[in-house]
Amino acid sequence: MGLRDVFLGWPVVKQLTGNDPLGRGLAAQSDRSAALRPRTATADRVVQSVCPYCAVGCGQRVFVKDEKVIQIEGDPDSPVSRGRLCPKGSASEQFVNGPRRITTVRYRRAHGTEWEDLPLERAMDMIVDRVLETRERTWQTEFEGKRVNRTLGFASLGGATLDNEENYLIKKLFTALGAIQVENQARI
Amino acid sequence: MAECHPVGFQWVMEAKKRGAKVIHIDPRFTRTSALADQHVPIRVGSDIAFLGGVVRYILENEKDFREYVVAYTNAATILREDFVDTEDLDGLFSGYDPETASYDGQSWQYAGHDQDASPNTEDEQDAGSHGSGHELGGRGATLEHSVVQRDETLQHPRCVYQVLKRHYARYTPEVVEQVCGIPKEQFLEVCEAVTANSGRERTTCWVYSVGWTHHSTGVQYIRGSAIIQLLLGNMGRPGGGILALRGHASIQGSTDIPTLFNLLPGYLPMPMAGEHDSFADYVGTISRPGMKGFWTGAEAYTVSLLKAWYGDAAQPENDFCFDLLPKLTGDHGTYRTVLDQIDGTVEGYFLVGQNPAVGSAQAKLQRRGLANLKWLVVRDVNLIESATFWKDAPEIATGELVTEDIATEVFFLPAATHVEKAGSFTQTQRMVQWRHKAVEPPDDARSDLEFFYQLGKRLRERLAGSTDPKDRMLLDLTWDYRVDEHGEPDPVSVLEEINGRFLTGERAGDQLPGFTSMKADGSTSGGCWIYTGINKDGVNQAARRKPGGEQDWVANEWGWAWPMDRRTLYNRASADPEGKPWSERKAYVWWDQTMNDGAGQWTGHDVPDFELTKPPSYRPPEGAGGPEGLAGDDPFIMQADGKGWLYAPSGLLDGPMPAHYEPHESPVRNPLYHQQANPTRQVIRREDNLSNPSAGDDGAHVFPYVFTTYRLTEHHTAGGMSRWVPYLAELQPEMFCEVSPELAQERGLVNLGFATIVTSRTAIEARVLVTDRVTPLTVDGRVVHQIGLPYHWGVGNEAHVSGDSANDLLGLALDPNVHIQESKVGSCDIQPGRRPTGPALLRYVEEYRARAGVTVHTGNTQLTAPDDGPGEGT
Amino acid sequence: MSNSLYGPLDPAPDAGWRDEQPRKGFFTDTSICIGCKACEVACKEWNAVPEDGLLMLGSSYDNSGSLGASTWRHVKFIEQGGGSSATDVLNRTADSALVGDRTALGTDMDALELRAPVDLGMPTAQLPGAGGDGARAEFRWLMESDVCKHCTHAACLDVCPTGSLFRTEFGTVVVQDDICNGCGYCVPACPFGVIDRRIGEKGVTKNEGIAQKCTLCYDRIGDGLEPACSKACPTKSIQYGDVDQLRLAAQERVDVLHAQGVHDARLYGESTHDGIGGLGAFFLLLDEPEVYGLPPDPVVTTRDLPVMWRKAALAAATMLAGAVAAFVGAGS
Repeated sequence: MGLRDVFLGWPVVKQLTGNDPLGRGLAAQSDRSAALRPRTATADRVVQSVCPYCAVGCGQRVFVKDEKVIQIEGDPDSPVSRGRLCPKGSASEQFVNGPRRITTVRYRRAHGTEWEDLPLERAMDMIVDRVLETRERTWQTEFEGKRVNRTLGFASLGGATLDNEENYLIKKLFTALGAIQVENQARI
Repeated sequence: MAECHPVGFQWVMEAKKRGAKVIHIDPRFTRTSALADQHVPIRVGSDIAFLGGVVRYILENEKDFREYVVAYTNAATILREDFVDTEDLDGLFSGYDPETASYDGQSWQYAGHDQDASPNTEDEQDAGSHGSGHELGGRGATLEHSVVQRDETLQHPRCVYQVLKRHYARYTPEVVEQVCGIPKEQFLEVCEAVTANSGRERTTCWVYSVGWTHHSTGVQYIRGSAIIQLLLGNMGRPGGGILALRGHASIQGSTDIPTLFNLLPGYLPMPMAGEHDSFADYVGTISRPGMKGFWTGAEAYTVSLLKAWYGDAAQPENDFCFDLLPKLTGDHGTYRTVLDQIDGTVEGYFLVGQNPAVGSAQAKLQRRGLANLKWLVVRDVNLIESATFWKDAPEIATGELVTEDIATEVFFLPAATHVEKAGSFTQTQRMVQWRHKAVEPPDDARSDLEFFYQLGKRLRERLAGSTDPKDRMLLDLTWDYRVDEHGEPDPVSVLEEINGRFLTGERAGDQLPGFTSMKADGSTSGGCWIYTGINKDGVNQAARRKPGGEQDWVANEWGWAWPMDRRTLYNRASADPEGKPWSERKAYVWWDQTMNDGAGQWTGHDVPDFELTKPPSYRPPEGAGGPEGLAGDDPFIMQADGKGWLYAPSGLLDGPMPAHYEPHESPVRNPLYHQQANPTRQVIRREDNLSNPSAGDDGAHVFPYVFTTYRLTEHHTAGGMSRWVPYLAELQPEMFCEVSPELAQERGLVNLGFATIVTSRTAIEARVLVTDRVTPLTVDGRVVHQIGLPYHWGVGNEAHVSGDSANDLLGLALDPNVHIQESKVGSCDIQPGRRPTGPALLRYVEEYRARAGVTVHTGNTQLTAPDDGPGEGT
Repeated sequence: MSNSLYGPLDPAPDAGWRDEQPRKGFFTDTSICIGCKACEVACKEWNAVPEDGLLMLGSSYDNSGSLGASTWRHVKFIEQGGGSSATDVLNRTADSALVGDRTALGTDMDALELRAPVDLGMPTAQLPGAGGDGARAEFRWLMESDVCKHCTHAACLDVCPTGSLFRTEFGTVVVQDDICNGCGYCVPACPFGVIDRRIGEKGVTKNEGIAQKCTLCYDRIGDGLEPACSKACPTKSIQYGDVDQLRLAAQERVDVLHAQGVHDARLYGESTHDGIGGLGAFFLLLDEPEVYGLPPDPVVTTRDLPVMWRKAALAAATMLAGAVAAFVGAGS
C-alpha cells in the first residue's frame, strides 16, 4: 500500500473528499468492515443433515472449513422446515463444538472417587470381558421349565437420537447375545 | 406444539392463516395456547372423559360421517352376547379377574358368523392370550372370526355403533364439566367446531404428544381420539388423522427398528416362552387362517428377518434359526430392568445417549439401580448425570449413597454427534431422512454404529471356535458390513441389509423393491419388512432431497416414508367406496378407470396405501384371507377385518373402549364409576416405590395438589443436549414450578422465591413462577390446583446449569399395554422455601409419609368397584 | 443535509453511499411470534455473542431481560389480563432481580402486595376457563422479539466520536469493533436502550468493554444472505427485506388483522414522519407500545443537534471575536 493509499484511506480524508461530509457512512467504514464476508462463504463444503433434537426432522446445512464445523443452519430445501430452526436446532453448532464436551474415554473403577484416563482400545477389551463374564455367569437355558436361551445379566437403554442403522445393530447384537432387556427412550 | 415442535408449528400457523380454527386443550396456557383461537384448560388425567364427551356429542346428534362410518369402520359389526360394559359393572368390563388384576378378553370379541355368541370352540379358549400387551408387539390384533355379522342399518343392539352409544351416554357436557373442570359451554364450543369441520368437504386433525401417553391409561387416550376421527371420517384423508408429535429425532425409528424388549423389527413380536416355542406357533399367533390384511405375510417377514440375521445358517430345516432367538417371560421393560438392578439380577448396563438418572420417572430408583451395578457403559456427548451419579447424585448428599461404597465400574465413552456420522432418522410422520457425514468425530469419539460393530466383532473373535450352543447365535450372525479405510462400518451397508435382498434366482443380490416381494421360503432377506424399499434399486431413497419448492405439497421426492413411501396411511379412505374423492377439495387418492389400459388403478397425490389394481368393486371370494380377503372398499389394510376399529375386540388389555379412570394418584374421586383408577394398571408394591393416598383414602389431604411435568422450548428432555449448551442454558437457567396466583396465595408462595414440592418419594425445590397461565379448575364442586414442573434439570456438577429433577417426585405406575409410566400426573404438596438438605431431607419426606399413613399398599389396590367396598384399601 | 438529523430520509445516500442498495430492515410481526427464542440463539451463534448470565428473572419465560451488548435479539413475554395482579407482581420482582436485587425474594406475601392487589387500571378479564359463560377469556400472552431499530436518524451513530458506529450501504447502523474505543457515548444516546458496552473479563470475553448491538448481520446481507434471526424464525414473525416492501407487507397484515376483528393491531416505527424518521426495524404490535416496553413516541436524541451546534458555533464565534478583539486591543 503506497503512501497515497494510506492517506486516502484515512477517514478524515474520505470524509472531506467524498459524499459523506458528516463522516457517518462510507467515510467511516473501516477496511475490515469493507472486506467483511460471511464465514459460510469460505466453507470448504456444505453437508446436508437433519436436526438431532425433536422429531419434526428439520433439514440442516452443515458448513465445514478445515475439517471443523463452522456453522449449522436451516436447509431451505426441506419441505418439512423450509430453512427454519428452533432455538435448539439453532444451537446445534454449539452442541457439536461445545466447550464442555468430553472427547476422551473416562473410567471410574469400582469404589473409585475420581475419573481416570483409559485408552479406547483398552476400554473396548475390558467391556468385552465384562459382557462375556456376565453372560456366562447369568445364562438361563430354561426359566420355570420353559426354554428361554437368554441372559438377564445385562441390559441396554438407548436414547431416541440413535440412527435406524445403529438401533438395528444393537437389537441384532443383543438378541444374538441372548440379552433381551434392550430398551429405548421410546418407552419413556 | 409451539413449545416443543416450534418449526412444525409453522404449518399450524399457515393453516390458521387460511382460516383453520386452532383449539388447544392443555392444563396450562402455553406458547401454543397463545397462538390458538381457543385454549381449553383441562384437569390433568381427565382426557378420556373429554374425548368420551365428544364421542357422545357426535352420536347423540348424529354428526358422524355416516357413509364413511358404515363402509370403513366396524360400526356395523355385531358383538358377542356375553360382553358387559363398564356402564353395567361400575367401571369394569366383563372378564375381569381380581386375582391377577387383568381381563380375559374373550367376551369382547365379535360374534361369529354361525355360532353367534356361544363361547364353545377351542379356538376361543386362547383368545385372551392373543390380545396380551407385550406379547402383541405393535402388530394388528388377530380376530377369532374372519367372517363377522354386520348390521349396516346400525340398529342392532349389539352392533358396535349402539354399544358405543350406550357406553358414552353418561359422558354428557355436564359430566365433562364435573370431571375435567371445563365449563359446559366451552366444551360444546369445541364439539361444534370439530364436527362442523369434518365431513366430505372438511377434515380435522388431532395432535398429541406424551401428554396423552404418559398415563396409566395412555393407550386408551389415543384410542379415544381414534374413535372420534373414525366417526367423523377424518382418517386416511388430507388434513385429518391423528398426529403423534414425537419428541426425539428418531424415536419413531426406535420403535420401527426397535430397541425395545418386546419387539423385533417391523413390529413383529419378540417370542414368548411357552407360547412361541416353535416357529409355527409364533407365526400362528400373528397370522391366523382366514385373517385379512397384510399381517398375514408375517411368516415371510419373519423368515426374511432371520435370513438377514443368520444368513446361510438359517434354513427351512432349522426353522430359519428361530430357536436361536431368546424368549421373553413377561415384562422386561426399562422399569422392570431398574428394579432388577436394585435387586441384583441385572449387573451390566449400556446407556447409549440416554440420561435416566434425570430423565426417567422415579429417578431416585434409577440412580440406586446404577449404583448397584457391577459395570456401566455410558456413551454420550457430555458427561451426563447418569455417568457421574457416583460422585454427585442427590443420594450422596443425603447419605443414602457413599461414593467409596459404590462398586459400579463406569466406562464413559465419548459419542459422535449427528454431524460426525452418516445415518438415518425417522421423523414424526414416519419419514426417514438420511444425514450425510460432515466431519470426523474428535479424539476417542465414535458413532454408536462403530461401537456396536466393534463390540460384536470382538465378541465373535473371542468366541470363535466355541462349541457351546449358546454361542451359536453370535457366531452364526451375519456381521460382515462394508468398512471404510478406518475399518468403520458403512451405514449404507446396514441400510442394504434392512432393505433386504433377493437371495436366489435371476435377481439374486438385488435389493428388494418392496415388502410384497418377501417370501417365506428363505429366498429373500430383509431386516425390517416395513422399511423394505428404502434402498430400492440400490438408491438410498431416504437421501432424496429434491427441494420442496420444486415439488407439490405432498413432496414425495424428499426422504422416504414407510411403508412403501406412503405419506398418509390408509389413504384409500380419502376416496368413497366407489373410489371417487369424497370431495374435490379433499381429493388425495382415487381410482382412475382410464389407467392401466382401461383396467383401472389407484392414483393420486400420494402413493396409494392399497393394492394398486384392486378395483373398488372387488369382493373377496368366500373364505379368502390375507390381502385377497380385503374388499375393494376395505381401506384399513392392516386390520384383520379391513375396518377402522371404533371398538377394539382384541389387542388391548384394559378394555375394548376407553373409559374414564382417575390417575393412579388423584385427589379427586372418580365421578363416573366406583372403580377409581384403571383396574389393570401395573402397580409396583415396594418400599422404594410408595404411592400417595388418593381421594377416598385416609391421608389424601396431605397431598392435595396435582402436578404435571413437561418440556420447555429452550431445553431438550433430561438436558444432555441442552444444559451443556450455554446458549440454551442461559434461556432457562433454573428449575422452576408454575403456580396460579390463587395457589400462591393459598400456600404463601412468592414469585421467584423458592418452593418445595413433596410426594411420598422425595421433595425437590424449584423457583416459583406465579402466573395466570395456570388456572385453578373447579372439579366436582371443588377447586383443584395444578402445578407445572418442567423436568430438564438434574443434580450434578458437569452441566452448565443444574437443579432438582421433577422426575424424582414421580412414582412408578404403568400402563398395562405398553408399560409406559404415568409421569404426566401425580399428587403432591407444595410449601414456600427451600427443601431441607442432607439427611434432613429424608426425615422431612418421612414425616409426610407418616402423616399420610403411607404404606406399600397405599394406592395400589387395583379393584375398587363395589364388590370390593367403596374405598381403596391401604 | 437539512434532513440529516431529523425527518424522512433515505439514510444510506445521505451517508455517502452511491451504489444503489435498497434499504434493508426487519418487520417483526408479533401476532405470529411463538416466543421460541430461536432468534436469540441464531443471532448469538452466528455472531459469536457470549452467554449473557444465568439468572432466572421470574418474568414469565423471559430470562434475557433486555437488549444489551450480549443480547442482540430479545424476546419479551407479556402476560396480560389475568384475574389477579400476578403479572404486575411478576414484573416488579423481575425488575429488581434484573438489577441484581433478590433480597425481596422469599419474603412474606404482603411485601409483594399479592394479597391486596393494587388496581393499576389494567383491563380486567376472566381467567381462561373461569366462569361458566363459555366466552373466551381475555387473557393474552404477548410475545415480541425486540431488536435494534436501525433508526433513520440514529443518535448512537451521530454521537460516536470514533466513527466506529457507521451507516452501511444498506441503511443499517453497525458498530465496527475494530474501531470502537469503548467511550460509551452511544449508550445514553439510544432512545430505545439498545446499545451497551460488553461487560466481561478482559482478555477472556470477546470485545470486552466495546459497544455492541445487532448489525443486521452486515456480513451476511452483504453476501445476499438473510440475517440469522429471520432465517431461523419458525413462523416468520421476523421478516427481513427491503424496508419499502416490508412496510407494504406490514400494512397489508394490519389490514387483515383488522378485518379479522383484531382491532388492537398496529404498526410501530414504520412511519417516516415519526421522531426517528422511521425505523429500519419496525413492528406489528397487538397493544400500546408501552405494554411492550417501547417508548410511545420516540425521538432521536440528537434532533436538536443542529440548533445546538448553531448556538455553540455562534458562541464560539463570539468568543473568538472577543479573543481576537482582545488581542487586537492589546496590540494597539
